[in-house]
Amino acid sequence: MGTSLELLKVEGLRKEFRNGVQPKTVLQGVTFDLSSYDSLSIVGPSGCGKTTLLLILSGLLAPTEGRLQLEGELLMKPTSKIALVLQEYGLFPWKNVASNITLGARLQKIRLPLEELASLKRELGIEGLDHLYPHQLSGGQRQRVALARALLLHPRLLLLDEPFAALDTITREHLQNHLLTVFHHRQFSFIIVTHNIEEAIFLGRRILILDHEPPGMRTVIENPEMGALDYRKNSAFFQRTLEIRQILKDAAWDRDAG
Amino acid sequence: MGQRRWLAYLITLIILVILWHGASLLLGSNLLPGPLPVFTRMGEEIGKKVFWGHLQASAWRMIAGLFCASLAAIPIGLILGSSQRLDRMFAPLIYLSYPIPKIVLMPIILLLFGLGDASKIVLIALITFFQLLITTRDSARKISTEVIYSLKSLGGNRWHFFRHVVWPVSLPGIFTSLRIGTGTAVAVLFFVESISSRRGLGLYLIDSWGRADYNAMFVGIIALSAVGIVLYELFDILEKRLCKWRNL
Repeated sequence: MGTSLELLKVEGLRKEFRNGVQPKTVLQGVTFDLSSYDSLSIVGPSGCGKTTLLLILSGLLAPTEGRLQLEGELLMKPTSKIALVLQEYGLFPWKNVASNITLGARLQKIRLPLEELASLKRELGIEGLDHLYPHQLSGGQRQRVALARALLLHPRLLLLDEPFAALDTITREHLQNHLLTVFHHRQFSFIIVTHNIEEAIFLGRRILILDHEPPGMRTVIENPEMGALDYRKNSAFFQRTLEIRQILKDAAWDRDAG
Repeated sequence: MGQRRWLAYLITLIILVILWHGASLLLGSNLLPGPLPVFTRMGEEIGKKVFWGHLQASAWRMIAGLFCASLAAIPIGLILGSSQRLDRMFAPLIYLSYPIPKIVLMPIILLLFGLGDASKIVLIALITFFQLLITTRDSARKISTEVIYSLKSLGGNRWHFFRHVVWPVSLPGIFTSLRIGTGTAVAVLFFVESISSRRGLGLYLIDSWGRADYNAMFVGIIALSAVGIVLYELFDILEKRLCKWRNL
Protein backbone atom coordinates (compact mmCIF):
# COMPACT_ATOMS: atom_id res chain seq x y z
CA MET A 1 0.00 0.00 0.00
CA GLY A 2 1.04 3.62 -0.46
CA THR A 3 2.93 3.44 -3.74
CA SER A 4 4.51 6.68 -4.87
CA LEU A 5 2.16 7.05 -7.88
CA GLU A 6 0.59 10.43 -7.37
CA LEU A 7 -3.16 10.51 -7.78
CA LEU A 8 -4.29 13.86 -6.40
CA LYS A 9 -2.38 17.07 -5.91
CA VAL A 10 -3.96 19.98 -4.04
CA GLU A 11 -2.10 23.29 -3.98
CA GLY A 12 -2.95 26.49 -2.08
CA LEU A 13 -6.67 25.91 -2.00
CA ARG A 14 -8.79 28.81 -0.80
CA LYS A 15 -12.56 29.07 -0.69
CA GLU A 16 -14.51 32.18 0.02
CA PHE A 17 -18.30 32.43 0.24
CA ARG A 18 -20.15 35.67 -0.40
CA ASN A 19 -23.29 35.58 1.68
CA GLY A 20 -24.37 39.20 1.80
CA VAL A 21 -21.82 42.01 1.83
CA GLN A 22 -19.04 40.43 3.89
CA PRO A 23 -17.10 37.63 2.18
CA LYS A 24 -16.24 34.68 4.44
CA THR A 25 -13.13 32.60 3.93
CA VAL A 26 -13.77 28.99 5.00
CA LEU A 27 -10.59 27.39 3.64
CA GLN A 28 -7.14 28.79 3.11
CA GLY A 29 -3.76 27.44 2.11
CA VAL A 30 -4.87 23.82 1.88
CA THR A 31 -2.06 21.85 0.27
CA PHE A 32 -1.61 18.10 0.21
CA ASP A 33 -1.26 15.20 -2.15
CA LEU A 34 -2.57 11.67 -2.25
CA SER A 35 -1.05 8.61 -3.86
CA SER A 36 -2.82 5.77 -5.59
CA TYR A 37 -4.17 3.17 -3.17
CA ASP A 38 -3.82 5.58 -0.28
CA SER A 39 -6.10 7.10 2.33
CA LEU A 40 -6.50 10.42 4.09
CA SER A 41 -8.74 11.38 7.00
CA ILE A 42 -9.87 14.95 7.50
CA VAL A 43 -10.88 16.06 10.99
CA GLY A 44 -11.62 19.42 12.52
CA PRO A 45 -14.22 21.38 14.46
CA SER A 46 -17.70 21.98 13.05
CA GLY A 47 -17.77 24.69 10.42
CA CYS A 48 -14.07 24.44 9.52
CA GLY A 49 -14.86 23.67 5.88
CA LYS A 50 -14.42 19.87 5.84
CA THR A 51 -17.46 19.24 3.64
CA THR A 52 -16.62 22.28 1.48
CA LEU A 53 -13.15 20.81 0.89
CA LEU A 54 -14.69 17.48 -0.09
CA LEU A 55 -17.10 19.18 -2.50
CA ILE A 56 -14.20 21.05 -4.09
CA LEU A 57 -12.24 17.80 -4.42
CA SER A 58 -15.22 16.16 -6.11
CA GLY A 59 -15.37 18.97 -8.67
CA LEU A 60 -18.80 20.12 -7.49
CA LEU A 61 -17.57 23.42 -6.04
CA ALA A 62 -14.98 25.65 -7.63
CA PRO A 63 -12.22 26.93 -5.36
CA THR A 64 -11.70 30.70 -5.12
CA GLU A 65 -7.97 30.13 -5.44
CA GLY A 66 -5.65 27.16 -5.82
CA ARG A 67 -5.09 24.21 -8.09
CA LEU A 68 -6.34 20.65 -8.10
CA GLN A 69 -4.82 17.95 -10.25
CA LEU A 70 -6.04 14.41 -10.69
CA GLU A 71 -3.53 12.10 -12.35
CA GLY A 72 -1.71 15.15 -13.65
CA GLU A 73 -4.79 16.78 -15.17
CA LEU A 74 -6.51 19.88 -13.86
CA LEU A 75 -9.74 19.00 -12.09
CA MET A 76 -12.50 21.45 -13.02
CA LYS A 77 -15.72 19.41 -12.86
CA PRO A 78 -17.07 16.06 -11.61
CA THR A 79 -15.49 13.04 -13.25
CA SER A 80 -16.23 9.32 -13.09
CA LYS A 81 -12.73 8.85 -11.64
CA ILE A 82 -13.99 10.40 -8.39
CA ALA A 83 -16.99 9.07 -6.47
CA LEU A 84 -18.70 10.85 -3.62
CA VAL A 85 -20.70 9.43 -0.71
CA LEU A 86 -22.47 12.15 1.23
CA GLN A 87 -23.42 12.34 4.89
CA GLU A 88 -27.03 11.21 4.34
CA TYR A 89 -25.74 8.72 1.73
CA GLY A 90 -27.30 10.69 -1.17
CA LEU A 91 -29.58 7.82 -2.14
CA PHE A 92 -32.72 8.72 -4.05
CA PRO A 93 -35.77 7.70 -1.98
CA TRP A 94 -37.89 7.24 -5.15
CA LYS A 95 -35.52 4.67 -6.65
CA ASN A 96 -35.13 1.13 -5.42
CA VAL A 97 -31.76 -0.32 -4.44
CA ALA A 98 -31.02 -1.72 -7.92
CA SER A 99 -31.83 1.60 -9.64
CA ASN A 100 -29.88 3.58 -7.07
CA ILE A 101 -26.77 1.45 -7.52
CA THR A 102 -26.82 1.50 -11.31
CA LEU A 103 -27.84 5.15 -11.71
CA GLY A 104 -24.30 6.41 -12.35
CA ALA A 105 -23.75 3.78 -15.06
CA ARG A 106 -27.08 4.65 -16.67
CA LEU A 107 -26.41 8.40 -16.63
CA GLN A 108 -23.03 7.86 -18.23
CA LYS A 109 -24.41 5.24 -20.64
CA ILE A 110 -21.95 2.60 -19.45
CA ARG A 111 -22.97 -1.03 -19.91
CA LEU A 112 -21.71 -3.16 -17.08
CA PRO A 113 -21.56 -6.95 -17.06
CA LEU A 114 -24.23 -8.35 -14.72
CA GLU A 115 -21.59 -10.49 -13.03
CA GLU A 116 -19.65 -7.40 -12.01
CA LEU A 117 -22.69 -5.88 -10.35
CA ALA A 118 -23.48 -9.15 -8.60
CA SER A 119 -19.91 -9.48 -7.33
CA LEU A 120 -19.92 -5.93 -5.92
CA LYS A 121 -23.21 -6.59 -4.12
CA ARG A 122 -21.79 -9.83 -2.76
CA GLU A 123 -18.67 -8.04 -1.60
CA LEU A 124 -20.73 -5.44 0.26
CA GLY A 125 -23.29 -7.91 1.58
CA ILE A 126 -26.32 -6.30 -0.06
CA GLU A 127 -27.61 -9.16 -2.16
CA GLY A 128 -31.36 -9.65 -2.27
CA LEU A 129 -32.18 -6.01 -1.53
CA ASP A 130 -32.69 -4.93 -5.16
CA HIS A 131 -36.43 -4.31 -5.00
CA LEU A 132 -36.37 -2.46 -1.67
CA TYR A 133 -36.44 1.33 -1.34
CA PRO A 134 -33.94 3.27 0.84
CA HIS A 135 -36.47 3.91 3.64
CA GLN A 136 -36.96 0.14 3.95
CA LEU A 137 -33.25 -0.40 4.71
CA SER A 138 -31.30 -0.11 7.95
CA GLY A 139 -28.67 2.64 8.29
CA GLY A 140 -25.87 0.14 7.67
CA GLN A 141 -27.55 -1.26 4.55
CA ARG A 142 -28.15 2.25 3.20
CA GLN A 143 -24.48 3.03 3.71
CA ARG A 144 -23.40 -0.12 1.86
CA VAL A 145 -25.79 0.62 -1.02
CA ALA A 146 -24.28 4.12 -1.25
CA LEU A 147 -20.81 2.55 -1.30
CA ALA A 148 -21.86 0.11 -4.01
CA ARG A 149 -23.19 2.97 -6.14
CA ALA A 150 -19.96 4.88 -5.65
CA LEU A 151 -17.70 1.91 -6.41
CA LEU A 152 -19.60 0.49 -9.36
CA LEU A 153 -17.79 2.63 -11.92
CA HIS A 154 -14.33 1.83 -10.48
CA PRO A 155 -13.39 5.30 -9.29
CA ARG A 156 -9.74 6.06 -8.63
CA LEU A 157 -10.72 8.20 -5.65
CA LEU A 158 -13.59 7.77 -3.21
CA LEU A 159 -14.70 10.76 -1.13
CA LEU A 160 -16.67 10.03 2.02
CA ASP A 161 -18.41 12.74 4.06
CA GLU A 162 -19.01 11.46 7.59
CA PRO A 163 -20.33 8.22 6.17
CA PHE A 164 -20.81 6.40 9.47
CA ALA A 165 -21.95 9.32 11.64
CA ALA A 166 -25.56 8.18 11.95
CA LEU A 167 -24.72 4.57 12.87
CA ASP A 168 -24.33 2.87 16.23
CA THR A 169 -20.80 2.02 17.42
CA ILE A 170 -20.88 -1.68 16.50
CA THR A 171 -22.33 -1.14 13.02
CA ARG A 172 -19.88 1.71 12.50
CA GLU A 173 -16.86 -0.43 13.39
CA HIS A 174 -18.19 -3.25 11.25
CA LEU A 175 -18.54 -0.93 8.27
CA GLN A 176 -15.13 0.63 8.86
CA ASN A 177 -13.63 -2.87 8.64
CA HIS A 178 -15.76 -3.53 5.58
CA LEU A 179 -14.52 -0.36 3.90
CA LEU A 180 -10.92 -1.40 4.50
CA THR A 181 -11.55 -4.88 3.07
CA VAL A 182 -13.07 -3.39 -0.09
CA PHE A 183 -10.26 -0.80 -0.20
CA HIS A 184 -7.58 -3.49 -0.15
CA HIS A 185 -9.44 -5.65 -2.63
CA ARG A 186 -10.19 -2.90 -5.17
CA GLN A 187 -7.15 -0.74 -4.43
CA PHE A 188 -8.67 2.71 -4.89
CA SER A 189 -7.78 5.76 -2.77
CA PHE A 190 -10.14 7.41 -0.36
CA ILE A 191 -10.52 10.61 1.63
CA ILE A 192 -12.84 10.50 4.60
CA VAL A 193 -14.23 13.50 6.47
CA THR A 194 -15.17 12.67 10.04
CA HIS A 195 -15.84 14.16 13.45
CA ASN A 196 -14.73 10.95 15.07
CA ILE A 197 -11.01 10.94 15.98
CA GLU A 198 -10.85 7.13 16.37
CA GLU A 199 -12.42 6.68 12.94
CA ALA A 200 -9.94 9.12 11.40
CA ILE A 201 -7.02 7.19 12.91
CA PHE A 202 -8.36 3.79 11.98
CA LEU A 203 -8.99 4.71 8.34
CA GLY A 204 -6.50 7.38 7.29
CA ARG A 205 -2.86 6.74 6.43
CA ARG A 206 -2.50 10.45 7.00
CA ILE A 207 -4.74 12.69 9.09
CA LEU A 208 -5.31 16.24 8.00
CA ILE A 209 -6.53 18.55 10.75
CA LEU A 210 -8.46 21.60 9.67
CA ASP A 211 -9.22 24.67 11.75
CA HIS A 212 -11.52 27.61 11.17
CA GLU A 213 -9.81 30.37 13.14
CA PRO A 214 -7.72 31.01 11.07
CA PRO A 215 -9.37 28.89 8.37
CA GLY A 216 -7.23 26.21 6.81
CA MET A 217 -4.84 23.40 7.65
CA ARG A 218 -3.59 23.07 11.19
CA THR A 219 -1.34 20.07 10.58
CA VAL A 220 -0.97 16.70 8.86
CA ILE A 221 -0.16 13.62 10.91
CA GLU A 222 1.39 10.49 9.47
CA ASN A 223 -0.39 7.34 10.54
CA PRO A 224 1.45 4.46 8.87
CA GLU A 225 -0.06 1.77 11.14
CA MET A 226 -3.51 2.42 9.65
CA GLY A 227 -5.31 -0.72 8.56
CA ALA A 228 -3.16 -3.02 10.72
CA LEU A 229 -4.84 -5.96 12.33
CA ASP A 230 -6.22 -5.04 15.78
CA TYR A 231 -4.94 -1.48 15.38
CA ARG A 232 -7.83 -0.29 17.56
CA LYS A 233 -6.38 -2.26 20.51
CA ASN A 234 -2.83 -1.06 19.90
CA SER A 235 -1.10 1.47 22.19
CA ALA A 236 -0.01 3.49 19.12
CA PHE A 237 -3.71 3.97 18.36
CA PHE A 238 -4.37 5.46 21.81
CA GLN A 239 -1.29 7.64 21.61
CA ARG A 240 -2.39 9.04 18.27
CA THR A 241 -5.87 9.64 19.64
CA LEU A 242 -4.41 11.67 22.50
CA GLU A 243 -2.12 13.55 20.13
CA ILE A 244 -4.99 14.61 17.84
CA ARG A 245 -7.25 15.40 20.77
CA GLN A 246 -4.51 17.70 22.12
CA ILE A 247 -4.10 19.45 18.75
CA LEU A 248 -7.85 20.06 18.55
CA LYS A 249 -7.92 21.29 22.16
CA ASP A 250 -5.01 23.66 21.47
CA ALA A 251 -6.84 24.93 18.41
CA ALA A 252 -9.95 25.57 20.48
CA TRP A 253 -7.81 27.29 23.14
CA ASP A 254 -6.18 29.53 20.50
CA ARG A 255 -9.60 30.45 19.14
CA ASP A 256 -10.93 31.35 22.60
CA ALA A 257 -7.76 33.31 23.42
CA GLY A 258 -8.00 35.15 20.10
CA MET B 1 -57.82 -1.09 -5.87
CA GLY B 2 -57.57 -3.40 -2.89
CA GLN B 3 -60.46 -5.47 -1.60
CA ARG B 4 -60.47 -3.59 1.72
CA ARG B 5 -60.77 -0.31 -0.08
CA TRP B 6 -63.74 -1.52 -2.10
CA LEU B 7 -65.34 -2.65 1.14
CA ALA B 8 -64.73 0.78 2.73
CA TYR B 9 -66.36 2.43 -0.29
CA LEU B 10 -69.34 0.07 -0.11
CA ILE B 11 -69.86 0.65 3.61
CA THR B 12 -69.63 4.44 3.14
CA LEU B 13 -72.12 4.23 0.28
CA ILE B 14 -74.56 2.20 2.36
CA ILE B 15 -74.30 4.67 5.27
CA LEU B 16 -74.87 7.61 2.90
CA VAL B 17 -77.96 5.94 1.37
CA ILE B 18 -79.36 5.19 4.85
CA LEU B 19 -78.79 8.80 5.95
CA TRP B 20 -80.34 10.04 2.71
CA HIS B 21 -83.37 7.80 3.23
CA GLY B 22 -83.75 9.06 6.82
CA ALA B 23 -83.49 12.70 5.71
CA SER B 24 -86.05 12.08 2.98
CA LEU B 25 -88.51 10.61 5.51
CA LEU B 26 -87.92 13.59 7.80
CA LEU B 27 -88.26 16.34 5.16
CA GLY B 28 -90.84 14.64 2.95
CA SER B 29 -90.30 13.20 -0.50
CA ASN B 30 -91.55 16.38 -2.23
CA LEU B 31 -88.58 18.29 -0.93
CA LEU B 32 -86.03 15.49 -0.84
CA PRO B 33 -86.85 12.37 -2.87
CA GLY B 34 -85.69 9.11 -1.30
CA PRO B 35 -82.98 6.86 -2.75
CA LEU B 36 -85.39 4.28 -4.15
CA PRO B 37 -87.31 6.54 -6.61
CA VAL B 38 -84.03 8.23 -7.58
CA PHE B 39 -82.31 4.89 -8.30
CA THR B 40 -85.39 3.71 -10.23
CA ARG B 41 -85.25 6.90 -12.28
CA MET B 42 -81.55 6.46 -12.77
CA GLY B 43 -82.20 2.99 -14.22
CA GLU B 44 -84.58 4.57 -16.72
CA GLU B 45 -82.21 7.42 -17.62
CA ILE B 46 -79.25 5.08 -18.13
CA GLY B 47 -81.25 3.43 -20.89
CA LYS B 48 -81.64 6.75 -22.73
CA LYS B 49 -79.14 7.96 -25.32
CA VAL B 50 -79.75 11.62 -24.35
CA PHE B 51 -78.55 11.06 -20.79
CA TRP B 52 -75.33 9.43 -22.02
CA GLY B 53 -74.85 12.44 -24.32
CA HIS B 54 -74.96 14.76 -21.29
CA LEU B 55 -72.61 12.51 -19.32
CA GLN B 56 -70.17 12.20 -22.19
CA ALA B 57 -70.12 15.98 -22.78
CA SER B 58 -69.41 16.74 -19.13
CA ALA B 59 -66.74 14.03 -18.76
CA TRP B 60 -64.97 15.17 -21.92
CA ARG B 61 -64.96 18.82 -20.81
CA MET B 62 -63.53 17.93 -17.41
CA ILE B 63 -60.85 15.60 -18.75
CA ALA B 64 -59.86 18.00 -21.55
CA GLY B 65 -59.82 20.99 -19.16
CA LEU B 66 -57.64 19.22 -16.61
CA PHE B 67 -55.41 17.85 -19.36
CA CYS B 68 -54.83 21.30 -20.91
CA ALA B 69 -54.15 22.82 -17.47
CA SER B 70 -51.65 20.02 -16.65
CA LEU B 71 -49.95 20.33 -20.01
CA ALA B 72 -49.15 23.96 -19.33
CA ALA B 73 -48.89 24.11 -15.52
CA ILE B 74 -46.73 21.04 -14.81
CA PRO B 75 -43.72 21.90 -17.03
CA ILE B 76 -43.84 25.58 -15.99
CA GLY B 77 -44.15 24.60 -12.31
CA LEU B 78 -41.20 22.18 -12.59
CA ILE B 79 -39.02 24.79 -14.26
CA LEU B 80 -39.94 27.57 -11.79
CA GLY B 81 -39.52 25.24 -8.81
CA SER B 82 -36.05 24.18 -9.85
CA SER B 83 -34.74 27.60 -10.87
CA GLN B 84 -34.65 30.27 -8.17
CA ARG B 85 -33.82 32.93 -10.75
CA LEU B 86 -36.84 32.20 -12.96
CA ASP B 87 -39.07 31.76 -9.93
CA ARG B 88 -38.09 35.20 -8.62
CA MET B 89 -38.70 36.67 -12.07
CA PHE B 90 -42.21 35.24 -12.46
CA ALA B 91 -43.34 35.31 -8.81
CA PRO B 92 -44.95 38.79 -9.03
CA LEU B 93 -47.00 37.72 -12.06
CA ILE B 94 -48.22 34.58 -10.29
CA TYR B 95 -48.97 36.35 -7.00
CA LEU B 96 -50.95 39.05 -8.80
CA SER B 97 -52.90 36.76 -11.12
CA TYR B 98 -53.59 33.83 -8.74
CA PRO B 99 -56.09 35.58 -6.42
CA ILE B 100 -58.20 36.94 -9.32
CA PRO B 101 -61.42 34.84 -9.36
CA LYS B 102 -61.12 33.48 -12.89
CA ILE B 103 -64.81 32.52 -12.93
CA VAL B 104 -65.66 36.22 -13.43
CA LEU B 105 -64.00 35.93 -16.84
CA MET B 106 -66.75 33.51 -17.92
CA PRO B 107 -68.72 36.08 -20.01
CA ILE B 108 -65.55 37.01 -21.93
CA ILE B 109 -64.63 33.37 -22.45
CA LEU B 110 -68.15 32.57 -23.68
CA LEU B 111 -67.94 35.49 -26.10
CA LEU B 112 -64.55 34.38 -27.35
CA PHE B 113 -65.08 30.62 -27.49
CA GLY B 114 -68.85 30.28 -27.96
CA LEU B 115 -71.36 28.03 -26.21
CA GLY B 116 -69.78 24.71 -27.22
CA ASP B 117 -67.14 22.60 -25.53
CA ALA B 118 -64.24 25.03 -26.03
CA SER B 119 -65.46 27.70 -23.58
CA LYS B 120 -66.02 25.11 -20.81
CA ILE B 121 -62.64 23.49 -21.39
CA VAL B 122 -60.87 26.86 -21.40
CA LEU B 123 -62.56 27.96 -18.18
CA ILE B 124 -61.74 24.70 -16.34
CA ALA B 125 -58.17 24.83 -17.65
CA LEU B 126 -57.76 28.46 -16.62
CA ILE B 127 -59.03 27.92 -13.09
CA THR B 128 -57.18 24.66 -12.37
CA PHE B 129 -53.99 25.92 -14.07
CA PHE B 130 -53.00 28.09 -11.11
CA GLN B 131 -53.72 25.37 -8.52
CA LEU B 132 -51.57 22.94 -10.48
CA LEU B 133 -48.82 25.47 -11.17
CA ILE B 134 -48.38 26.54 -7.56
CA THR B 135 -48.47 23.00 -6.13
CA THR B 136 -46.05 21.68 -8.76
CA ARG B 137 -43.67 24.60 -8.24
CA ASP B 138 -43.74 24.17 -4.44
CA SER B 139 -43.16 20.40 -4.76
CA ALA B 140 -40.17 20.95 -7.05
CA ARG B 141 -38.68 23.37 -4.51
CA LYS B 142 -38.35 20.56 -1.95
CA ILE B 143 -35.17 19.18 -3.50
CA SER B 144 -32.26 18.97 -1.08
CA THR B 145 -28.77 20.17 -2.00
CA GLU B 146 -27.50 16.70 -1.10
CA VAL B 147 -29.60 15.09 -3.84
CA ILE B 148 -28.37 17.65 -6.38
CA TYR B 149 -24.73 17.03 -5.42
CA SER B 150 -25.33 13.31 -5.53
CA LEU B 151 -26.71 13.43 -9.06
CA LYS B 152 -23.98 15.74 -10.32
CA SER B 153 -21.25 13.55 -8.83
CA LEU B 154 -22.74 10.59 -10.72
CA GLY B 155 -22.35 12.52 -13.96
CA GLY B 156 -25.91 13.83 -14.22
CA ASN B 157 -26.70 16.80 -16.46
CA ARG B 158 -29.64 19.25 -16.50
CA TRP B 159 -31.93 16.80 -18.31
CA HIS B 160 -31.03 13.99 -15.89
CA PHE B 161 -31.83 16.39 -13.04
CA PHE B 162 -35.39 16.86 -14.36
CA ARG B 163 -35.84 13.21 -15.28
CA HIS B 164 -34.40 11.56 -12.15
CA VAL B 165 -34.92 14.21 -9.45
CA VAL B 166 -37.38 17.04 -10.17
CA TRP B 167 -40.04 14.84 -11.78
CA PRO B 168 -40.18 12.07 -9.13
CA VAL B 169 -39.94 14.57 -6.26
CA SER B 170 -42.82 16.63 -7.67
CA LEU B 171 -45.08 13.78 -8.77
CA PRO B 172 -46.93 13.25 -5.43
CA GLY B 173 -47.65 16.99 -5.23
CA ILE B 174 -48.87 17.00 -8.82
CA PHE B 175 -51.32 14.18 -8.09
CA THR B 176 -52.56 15.96 -4.97
CA SER B 177 -53.27 19.10 -6.97
CA LEU B 178 -54.95 17.05 -9.73
CA ARG B 179 -57.27 15.55 -7.13
CA ILE B 180 -58.06 18.99 -5.70
CA GLY B 181 -58.41 20.27 -9.26
CA THR B 182 -61.01 17.56 -9.98
CA GLY B 183 -63.28 18.98 -7.27
CA THR B 184 -62.80 22.49 -8.64
CA ALA B 185 -63.45 21.30 -12.19
CA VAL B 186 -66.79 19.69 -11.19
CA ALA B 187 -67.92 22.93 -9.54
CA VAL B 188 -66.84 25.10 -12.49
CA LEU B 189 -68.42 22.70 -14.97
CA PHE B 190 -71.77 22.70 -13.17
CA PHE B 191 -71.75 26.49 -13.01
CA VAL B 192 -70.89 27.10 -16.64
CA GLU B 193 -73.09 24.29 -18.03
CA SER B 194 -76.07 25.47 -16.01
CA ILE B 195 -75.75 28.97 -17.45
CA SER B 196 -74.87 28.41 -21.07
CA SER B 197 -74.91 24.98 -22.61
CA ARG B 198 -76.82 22.78 -24.97
CA ARG B 199 -75.46 19.57 -23.48
CA GLY B 200 -73.93 18.43 -20.22
CA LEU B 201 -74.92 17.23 -16.76
CA GLY B 202 -75.05 20.80 -15.42
CA LEU B 203 -77.73 21.61 -17.96
CA TYR B 204 -79.53 18.31 -17.28
CA LEU B 205 -79.52 19.05 -13.55
CA ILE B 206 -80.69 22.66 -13.74
CA ASP B 207 -83.31 21.78 -16.36
CA SER B 208 -84.73 19.05 -14.09
CA TRP B 209 -84.77 21.52 -11.21
CA GLY B 210 -86.63 24.05 -13.37
CA ARG B 211 -89.25 21.42 -14.21
CA ALA B 212 -89.48 20.41 -10.50
CA ASP B 213 -88.42 16.91 -11.56
CA TYR B 214 -86.45 16.28 -8.39
CA ASN B 215 -85.83 12.61 -9.08
CA ALA B 216 -84.06 13.51 -12.34
CA MET B 217 -82.26 16.37 -10.57
CA PHE B 218 -80.80 13.89 -8.09
CA VAL B 219 -79.83 11.58 -10.96
CA GLY B 220 -77.88 14.56 -12.38
CA ILE B 221 -76.23 15.23 -9.00
CA ILE B 222 -75.16 11.59 -8.69
CA ALA B 223 -73.90 11.42 -12.28
CA LEU B 224 -71.87 14.63 -11.94
CA SER B 225 -70.41 13.42 -8.65
CA ALA B 226 -69.61 10.05 -10.23
CA VAL B 227 -67.57 11.72 -12.99
CA GLY B 228 -65.57 13.54 -10.30
CA ILE B 229 -65.14 10.38 -8.21
CA VAL B 230 -63.94 8.32 -11.19
CA LEU B 231 -61.33 10.95 -12.09
CA TYR B 232 -60.28 11.31 -8.44
CA GLU B 233 -59.87 7.55 -8.16
CA LEU B 234 -57.97 7.42 -11.46
CA PHE B 235 -55.41 9.92 -10.16
CA ASP B 236 -55.15 7.91 -6.97
CA ILE B 237 -54.41 4.69 -8.88
CA LEU B 238 -51.89 6.48 -11.11
CA GLU B 239 -50.12 7.91 -8.06
CA LYS B 240 -49.88 4.46 -6.49
CA ARG B 241 -48.40 3.09 -9.71
CA LEU B 242 -45.96 5.92 -10.35
CA CYS B 243 -44.97 6.75 -6.76
CA LYS B 244 -44.56 3.20 -5.44
CA TRP B 245 -41.88 4.32 -3.01
CA ARG B 246 -44.38 6.41 -1.04
CA ASN B 247 -46.84 3.59 -0.52
CA LEU B 248 -44.64 0.97 1.09
